Amino acid sequence: MLRRAVALVSGAAFVLWAVATLTFFAIRLIPGDPAQAILGGPGSQASQEALDQVRREYGLDRPLIVQYLAMLGRLLTGDLGHSYALKVPVADLLSSQLGGTMLLAVMALVVAWMLALGLSLWSTGRSRFASIIGDGIELTAAALPHFWLAGVLIAVFSSGLDWLPPVSTGTPAGFVLPVVTLAVPLAGFLAQVMRESLLDAMQQPFVLSARARGESTTGIRLRHTIRHAALPAISLSGWALGWLLSGAVVVETIFAMPGLGRTLLQAVTLRDIPVVTGVVLLVALVYVFMTVLTDLASRIADPRLRQEGAR
Amino acid sequence: MSELELRQSTVEASAEHIAPRGRRWPRPGTILAGGFVAFLVVATLAPSVAWTQDPNAIAPALAFESPSFAHWFGTDESGRDVYSRVVAGTGTSLLIGVTATLIGLALGLVLGLLASFAGRVFDFAVNRVIEVLFAFPGLLLALLVIVVYGPGPVTATIAVGLSTAPGYARIIRGQFVSIRSSHYVEAARVLGRSPARILGRHILPNALVPLSVLATLGIGQAIVWASALSYLGLGAQPPAAEWGAMLAAGRTYLATAPWLTAFPGLMIVGTTIATTILGRALARRGQEGR
Repeated sequence: MLRRAVALVSGAAFVLWAVATLTFFAIRLIPGDPAQAILGGPGSQASQEALDQVRREYGLDRPLIVQYLAMLGRLLTGDLGHSYALKVPVADLLSSQLGGTMLLAVMALVVAWMLALGLSLWSTGRSRFASIIGDGIELTAAALPHFWLAGVLIAVFSSGLDWLPPVSTGTPAGFVLPVVTLAVPLAGFLAQVMRESLLDAMQQPFVLSARARGESTTGIRLRHTIRHAALPAISLSGWALGWLLSGAVVVETIFAMPGLGRTLLQAVTLRDIPVVTGVVLLVALVYVFMTVLTDLASRIADPRLRQEGAR
Repeated sequence: MSELELRQSTVEASAEHIAPRGRRWPRPGTILAGGFVAFLVVATLAPSVAWTQDPNAIAPALAFESPSFAHWFGTDESGRDVYSRVVAGTGTSLLIGVTATLIGLALGLVLGLLASFAGRVFDFAVNRVIEVLFAFPGLLLALLVIVVYGPGPVTATIAVGLSTAPGYARIIRGQFVSIRSSHYVEAARVLGRSPARILGRHILPNALVPLSVLATLGIGQAIVWASALSYLGLGAQPPAAEWGAMLAAGRTYLATAPWLTAFPGLMIVGTTIATTILGRALARRGQEGR
């Protein structure tokens, strides 16, 4: 277990270093002068002195390798540089935005889990009809793009029925549509995976022996097979959270919610490089952390993985 | 894990569960999906056959007509027929989706071949590269590419292709590794066939069906991602009749004319569902053929 943990952590550190390096050098491919970009783009007609001063301030006059090492050093202390457009430290900007986005993503993850579990427990191994309906719902849900689903939900529940606000108001009611928009497609994916593992679990001998003891179908599902359905979904949660953070770019923009996703989109549009880099690194950090966490969680949920020699 | 790997694994698994019974006729769902794709192909190759009127004909008097027999999908703010515009946009949307898929598939194929046939060092290196690229989930890698090269339909296509490549690479590597260790490849090796001949005669033909399943699924996903970028204003721009751009343009009128966003989106949803169903049918074929 300890060896596994060390391997996981060192693997995670490697991925983060590589992400930082890749991002740093990708950004250098951008045509144009970074000093010019800091001063508001080519249209701003900055003077030569101003450009020189910015180059000195941001260390852009130093050799690339020095800039790279300085960047790594700053990252270790949590310094992500200053936003070109907003002139505030990126770390401050992101830490004020992270909470809202994580709340949105985690709520969507929980809702997606419940929807997927409900659907797969209902539709698996009953009639042919139930399995066709379940399959159809999963297939459709997984095909729904966020930007379209959000539009449909707004048209129905805000413009049409006037039940919920079309933009996020910071109240719980304003959270409902964004969470549902993110959760439904994810539930489609999770339910597909859960159903496959439920089908496998139902063919196991322990189900037959529980049945022989006189347990009901529902009882077997809730007491025995649900654990098997949950396993692959747990190991998918790292992927799912990353997917939700990517989806947050669209959802936060549509519902005008403050958060990492909208910050990222604005930064991409303005080419505010330090903010883009900062968000990418932060999301990579969250993703890597979740991957380690889900690896450990699936070991707790599945004793078979803890056995000697099993990976 | 990537979205593509998830789609692929569930398709393969469901193809296993839906037991083949040696039927001659495709399932009703497959026929429907095939019909939808056939319509998309017609709309791409000969849009004038499929549309009911000129997609750019402006008729201000007919602005914001709700769907009717004359205008199946309604009209937009300039009185243009939404159905005809959706048809006209099919070519662009499919072109972007197919090109992005080919880019992702080609990169994935190169990485997958390197990992499975060029020795352990390459396998290790490629796996680390894939792992690192997975730390840019979903659209993040695409957004990074767009920051570097600026927005536009061409960049968006390349960006989607690049960000799907690690998913392709990992699936392709897995398939090559399992084919490589199969009995028929071992037999060919024992018979003294050259590595090039084994690759060309045994491995690539056997990888063809899984690869075509993968490409079919990938097109649906690429269209969704590319239209998300267009929707965010980073891909095809609004005057163009691309589905994502049409959705973005219709967003302003969501409360009064929801059909402007509903129908282009339905085309995207329909395309994704149809490609998944066809991918399944292909996977089932592959398993029956074994």
